[in-house]
Amino acid sequence: MADDMIETGKSERNFTINFGPQHPAAHGVLRLVLELDGEVVERVDPHIGLLHRGTEKLLEHKTYLQGIGYFDRLDYVAPMNQEHAFCMAAEKLAGITVPKRGEYVRVLYCEIGRVLNHLLNVTTQAMDVGALTPPLWGFEEREKLMVFYERASGSRMHAHYFRPGGVHQDLPMKLVEDIRAWCDQFPAKLDDIDSLLTENRIFKQRNVDIGVVTKEDVLAWGFSGVMVRGSGLAWDLRRSQPYSVYDELKFDIPVGKNGDCYDRYLCRMEEMRESVKIMIQCCDWLMKDENAGEVLATDSKFSPPRRAEMKRSMEALIQHFKLYTEGVRVEEGEVYVAVEAPKGEFGVYLVSDGSNKPYRLKIRAPGFAHLAAMDYMSKGHMLADVSAIIGSLDVVFGEIDR
Amino acid sequence: MSEALKLLGEHVANAQDAAVTGWSIANGELTVEIHRDRIESVLTWLRDDPACRFTTLIDICGVDYPQRAERFEVVYHLLSMHQNHRIRVKLSTDEETPVPTVIPVYPVADWFEREAFDMYGIVFADHPDLRRLLTDYGFEGHPLRKDFPLTGYVEVRWDEEQKRVVYEPVELVQEYRDFDFMSPWEGAKYIIPGDEKAQDGQKGG
Repeated sequence: MADDMIETGKSERNFTINFGPQHPAAHGVLRLVLELDGEVVERVDPHIGLLHRGTEKLLEHKTYLQGIGYFDRLDYVAPMNQEHAFCMAAEKLAGITVPKRGEYVRVLYCEIGRVLNHLLNVTTQAMDVGALTPPLWGFEEREKLMVFYERASGSRMHAHYFRPGGVHQDLPMKLVEDIRAWCDQFPAKLDDIDSLLTENRIFKQRNVDIGVVTKEDVLAWGFSGVMVRGSGLAWDLRRSQPYSVYDELKFDIPVGKNGDCYDRYLCRMEEMRESVKIMIQCCDWLMKDENAGEVLATDSKFSPPRRAEMKRSMEALIQHFKLYTEGVRVEEGEVYVAVEAPKGEFGVYLVSDGSNKPYRLKIRAPGFAHLAAMDYMSKGHMLADVSAIIGSLDVVFGEIDR
Repeated sequence: MSEALKLLGEHVANAQDAAVTGWSIANGELTVEIHRDRIESVLTWLRDDPACRFTTLIDICGVDYPQRAERFEVVYHLLSMHQNHRIRVKLSTDEETPVPTVIPVYPVADWFEREAFDMYGIVFADHPDLRRLLTDYGFEGHPLRKDFPLTGYVEVRWDEEQKRVVYEPVELVQEYRDFDFMSPWEGAKYIIPGDEKAQDGQKGG
């Protein structure tokens, strides 16, 4: 941190300090220019873009199948939720229906992503306000979940597992059983973290009544996800605009009351328990014999032909070659598809000109709108509260900077 | 669903007929095109009208169509949590003509407009702080424009002698491979390299 002083009057002096970009509480590469009056924050000017990779530009130059990988690298804490949005956008334009089993595998992995994200957020938020044990406990469970990612896709984080029309491959039965077994032991681990934080005096002092967002401001600042629910609005895209098979699953939407950092923490803890419920339902569904079947739409151009078929059929061989060189041409048109990512509404606005690449692809990242409200949320708070607020905003720079 | 969207589209078009130039429903989504100068009043009305109540601005983004007279489209996505529906509002502009800002209606528009300015060079009138947002300090050009190359113009590296980061023009070891996938056997609109010989042969023979 480098600080310099600005003379604003004869007797009073405002400090301007740089918070980040290499600050552990900045959750990545955030640079905040803070104007302080004593210890009170007067103005916050977040400088973002230090992780800008031009994802949207790159996607205009990649075929649809090549583009999926870029979505893992947006919010790298919950990769598959992003893939889901992109695949749904491509499916909507190309008119593909996903087989039921594919949808269940997707939902299972989206909920794993949600637990991955909330575990990271809750525990690092605790670290921002001074607790060291929660991240150690939480990351152990995260590691187990990443192994499930790896066993399905071959990669711990950058899965590239979802495809337009379903998922790449079916899950081995042993993996589903292991996920089911994990679900049974996880609530106890959650209780451990709960007992460390929820009634902890220091944790409460640092979070209760900090960064309060009213219902009106939630709407004005374009918030979504936990930022909305923490303020008492029961809004969850999985429930209000159900996609995939969420309308067949039983789960509750936890809602906060006061809209402060502490309520948002409670919402996240409760959401993890709900996610586990969803995962259990998905595992049970996938394990039933009558639910066996395809995980990738067979009648879609996005699906590669089977290897055995390619040995004998010329058409299958041509299709395979064309799919992985030229890619699929998607109908002209535009769609906006949003999913309830762990951080909020993750949207993909896809404009196609009928070619094999997106003409324009705008990624609507939830964290972007949340961080835009940083100035409004921190004004009048103490310097130490800034890190608590950043923690509860749940920012990941992969998706904000794109 | 589409019936409700149709009613909503008619409602918007009737109430704002001075501003709306066209509306359509495609892929189950409602799109309204409006005049550039009316954006602030239209969004205020969409936010406050009891049948609409689009209280959340989801996104603002630009789209570039270089072949058009007004090359940029500015697309606003709105969401109503009260009525549980979405709408897309579009307008068009060019490099010079400013679009009125909508920050007074939705404060979150601040960053979205800065991003659109950064990426496309779309100017928003009366924006209090129209700086670049995502690109580097001192960056030149607007990277998402279609005439901006994928590789950009400058690259950075750490210079060991000067002990600082230096900017240099991009040097590509190998040309970027942008294949032409217009499949020849499905009616290309131009002469495919090699085919001109076949046509010459026909003339001669």
